[in-house]
Amino acid sequence: MNMIKNFGVICGFRHLMKLLEGCGLNSLHILILIPFVFAIAIPFLHKLFHPKIHLGWFVLLIPLVIFLHLFRFIPLVAKGEHMEASFAWLPSMEMNLDLYVDGLGLLFGLLISGIGVLVIIYSIFYLSKLQEELHKFYVYLMMFMGAMLGLVFSDNIFILYGFWELTSVSSFLLIAFWYERKSSRDGALKALLITVFGGLCMFVGMIMLTLITDTYSIREMILHAELVQGHKLLVPVIICILLGAFTKSAQFPFSIWLPGAMEAPTPVSAYLHSATMVKAGIYLVARFTPVFGGGSVWFWLVSGIGIITLLYGSMTAVRQTDLKALLAYSTISQLGLIMSLLGIGSLAFYFGPSEYGGIYSMAIFAAIFHLFNHSMFKGSLFMVVGIIDHETGTRDIRRLGGLMQLMPVSFTVAFIGSFSMAGLPPFNGFLSKEMFFKAANDVRMAEIFHLDTLGVLFPILAWMASIFTFVYSMILVFKTFSGKYRQEKLHRDLHVEPFGMLIPPVILAFFVVAIFFFPNVFSKYLLKPAFVSILPPQFTIDEMDIKISAWHGWNNELLMTIGVVIIGSFLFITFKRWIPLFKRYPSWLTLNNLFEKTLKKVESYSLTLTNRYMTGSIRHYFIYIFSFFVFALVGSLLLLHGFQFDVSKDSTISIYDVGLVLGVMIAALTVLFTSNRITAIVALSIVGYLVTMFFVIFRAPDLALTQMVVETVTTVLFLLCFYSLPKLQKDTSRIKFKFTNLIVSIATGVTITILSLSSNSHKLFEPISYFFENAYELAGAKNIVNAILVDFRGFDTMLEISVLCIAGLGVYTLARFRMKGRDENEAK
Amino acid sequence: MKPNDVILRSVTKVAVVIIFTFSVYLFLNGHHHPGGGFIGGLSTAVAIVLLFLAFDIEIVLENFQIDFKKLAATGVLIAIGTGFMGMLSGDQFLTQYIHDKSLPIFGKTELATALIFDTGVALAVIGTAVSIILSISEGDSLWKR
Repeated sequence: MNMIKNFGVICGFRHLMKLLEGCGLNSLHILILIPFVFAIAIPFLHKLFHPKIHLGWFVLLIPLVIFLHLFRFIPLVAKGEHMEASFAWLPSMEMNLDLYVDGLGLLFGLLISGIGVLVIIYSIFYLSKLQEELHKFYVYLMMFMGAMLGLVFSDNIFILYGFWELTSVSSFLLIAFWYERKSSRDGALKALLITVFGGLCMFVGMIMLTLITDTYSIREMILHAELVQGHKLLVPVIICILLGAFTKSAQFPFSIWLPGAMEAPTPVSAYLHSATMVKAGIYLVARFTPVFGGGSVWFWLVSGIGIITLLYGSMTAVRQTDLKALLAYSTISQLGLIMSLLGIGSLAFYFGPSEYGGIYSMAIFAAIFHLFNHSMFKGSLFMVVGIIDHETGTRDIRRLGGLMQLMPVSFTVAFIGSFSMAGLPPFNGFLSKEMFFKAANDVRMAEIFHLDTLGVLFPILAWMASIFTFVYSMILVFKTFSGKYRQEKLHRDLHVEPFGMLIPPVILAFFVVAIFFFPNVFSKYLLKPAFVSILPPQFTIDEMDIKISAWHGWNNELLMTIGVVIIGSFLFITFKRWIPLFKRYPSWLTLNNLFEKTLKKVESYSLTLTNRYMTGSIRHYFIYIFSFFVFALVGSLLLLHGFQFDVSKDSTISIYDVGLVLGVMIAALTVLFTSNRITAIVALSIVGYLVTMFFVIFRAPDLALTQMVVETVTTVLFLLCFYSLPKLQKDTSRIKFKFTNLIVSIATGVTITILSLSSNSHKLFEPISYFFENAYELAGAKNIVNAILVDFRGFDTMLEISVLCIAGLGVYTLARFRMKGRDENEAK
Repeated sequence: MKPNDVILRSVTKVAVVIIFTFSVYLFLNGHHHPGGGFIGGLSTAVAIVLLFLAFDIEIVLENFQIDFKKLAATGVLIAIGTGFMGMLSGDQFLTQYIHDKSLPIFGKTELATALIFDTGVALAVIGTAVSIILSISEGDSLWKR
């Protein structure tokens, strides 16, 4: 029955695809749009099926469809071809949905959708359908998935940026999913502040990049790489773009948001904060390596920051007692590893397709390989930690222990994942770790960028970091699963491992082992195409003969791994002796503390500054507004030489005009000097109705009608407000203040007069009277005012009524909340 | 405070009908003569406000069971929705069309999509204006308590 239903859904889906393709959308666009469209359907599904069926079962279909669809591209992309599609969105601004799927994009797309499937299966069992607000959770998750797919498939740099920020926003919403906890809100805010800061920097860098290359397309930028390399803005561009990548991928010192992000539900941590979103920065660096690669600044920043992050992450991970925090720091460290590999790989662009070029390009391959492996083993580890948390109620390794007999499957998965993370055979981490060591050793050979001297640091730091990686991997497995089981330290009874939650980590663990034994299958179809799409065009796919093998003989890399195991084991056994040394590190000196102090300082400063001018007095605000108005207008008139008085074309002033002006003036002065509020309101209405008369004289019946009705409504509003206002008071402020008021008001009046006189005799732009003269032919309307309103400037009208509606809702909420606040005060 | 004004009430009963009729006239007339969605909507809102003033707000609202906030939102949605009509036939967003058709009673009539757009404008204006006045006056009566 279910099969038939699913089949029906897929048939309907096919049909929908055909329909949308008719509208000029390619199947690639639809792929990105599906998650967003489905996100809209989620609340309705929730209403229909709420307590009966877990929402996740419906959501599961989406990544599954995307995964299967992308899977079909593999043979094509493995041949070195690519898919592309373009949809004209804003052609006048060159903002088009240009999508491009090459090896790198496809690898990411498969990771996003494939791990997405597993994470959703996991979440079905992890999040209770009765207690959690699942409809919100899955909306955020779908938003993230669509944004992430859009990010890796975009060719247009600004579309990429849009999706990039959307991933930050959805990550924020997901971290704060349990928003009633303060730590969740804090973690979410920290993540948002840091990633959006980086995103905005990246945006600036992208703007500069488009100015240099004169294109929005990343592929064309790659073709114009020499243009960028020789430009004087090269260093600022690199720094800005890397700030975006480093904040997103949690590189030192921006890494502090990732541990805070662990407040999210575990499926989110496994998905966004280890497997996909944090790799967006890596993706960006990989994507832009052909543009910037080969320069010393790019090399040192990417590989230097990467290797520092690697060491910092692994050393900090050792100190953690919370399993998820440990995994967070290990993710930071592994991301640093991939980043440094990409940095080393960028040397290949310096040497070109030569012997050295070939050697260094292998670092890029290693980066992709490790990225792929990391998604597998880290995803499985996160899921296991989630199971432990779910079943024991704690993630604190000081309270856990002896779970091996109670959770045999989780133990096996954790064992496989950790040993892979530590870089041991027979797991996939071993292969990529060896390649990493080889790349670090090879750095010295390049005798450029001071690498003959400083290059020694690479293998040393890499080796040290690997020792700590080994130690925390061992902590993760043995502190939780071996030793004595201490029921008394847990707050509740242990549950049994749920079968459903085990499926996804077991699948991932299976891949961890499978990749070790058949690396070349994965390499041929997934990794090599991704690798080739980063390389310069001179390297062609056939020349690249990549064979990954576990055994290369007794070389340096293997000796390094053996060293890591020996020293790591020693450190793990003597863990209790030396860890107090680590704990001595003063807590005020941590990055996190620095960040929070700065944030508090900035907040208090901005509060002081804001309080200085936000006095709550409307008079003050008017002074600011009008002074700014005068300065801006008179300033721009002066700059543009706009003062021109040509009264020859003006019509003659009739007696009616003079009378009306005098009337308006008298009424306005009455408003100012009366001490009775009713008089003021009536005088104000007189001003309004006299202006209506102006419109009548100038033959603008539409305006006159509107003005009259508006006047009526405002008068009613004034009378309504009138009840609750205090009695008019005489102005009690100082003379000096009144003098300022006088100057500002006279200046405003003079500015307006100058402006209206000058604007009549000064034309900066082409007149648009063509539209008015031909209104009937163009819009079929004899009333040009309405032709403008609904046709020529229909967009304006649409937005105006939207603003109007929002303003109305604003008034409504203000009135409501004010009353509520009053009621609460009265209750006190 | 309950207004007890016989003259105002009697005049209102007649005047409101005239204003409503006039605002419909203004609304439909907008394409070729002064009028249009904005003015039509506003004058309808004025008529409703007049009702509020003459009779009690609660009495009027009992007979006018409309949520004016929803009305405003519907208006905006209609206006935005008409924008997509042009896109369906491959034109730009918010393209308006016009057709001359002969209808049974009205004879040769001009049918313009602009009218639908204008309906949206009118509804948004009515909804917003009345709900602003309602929320302020409601707040007012509650503050007075």
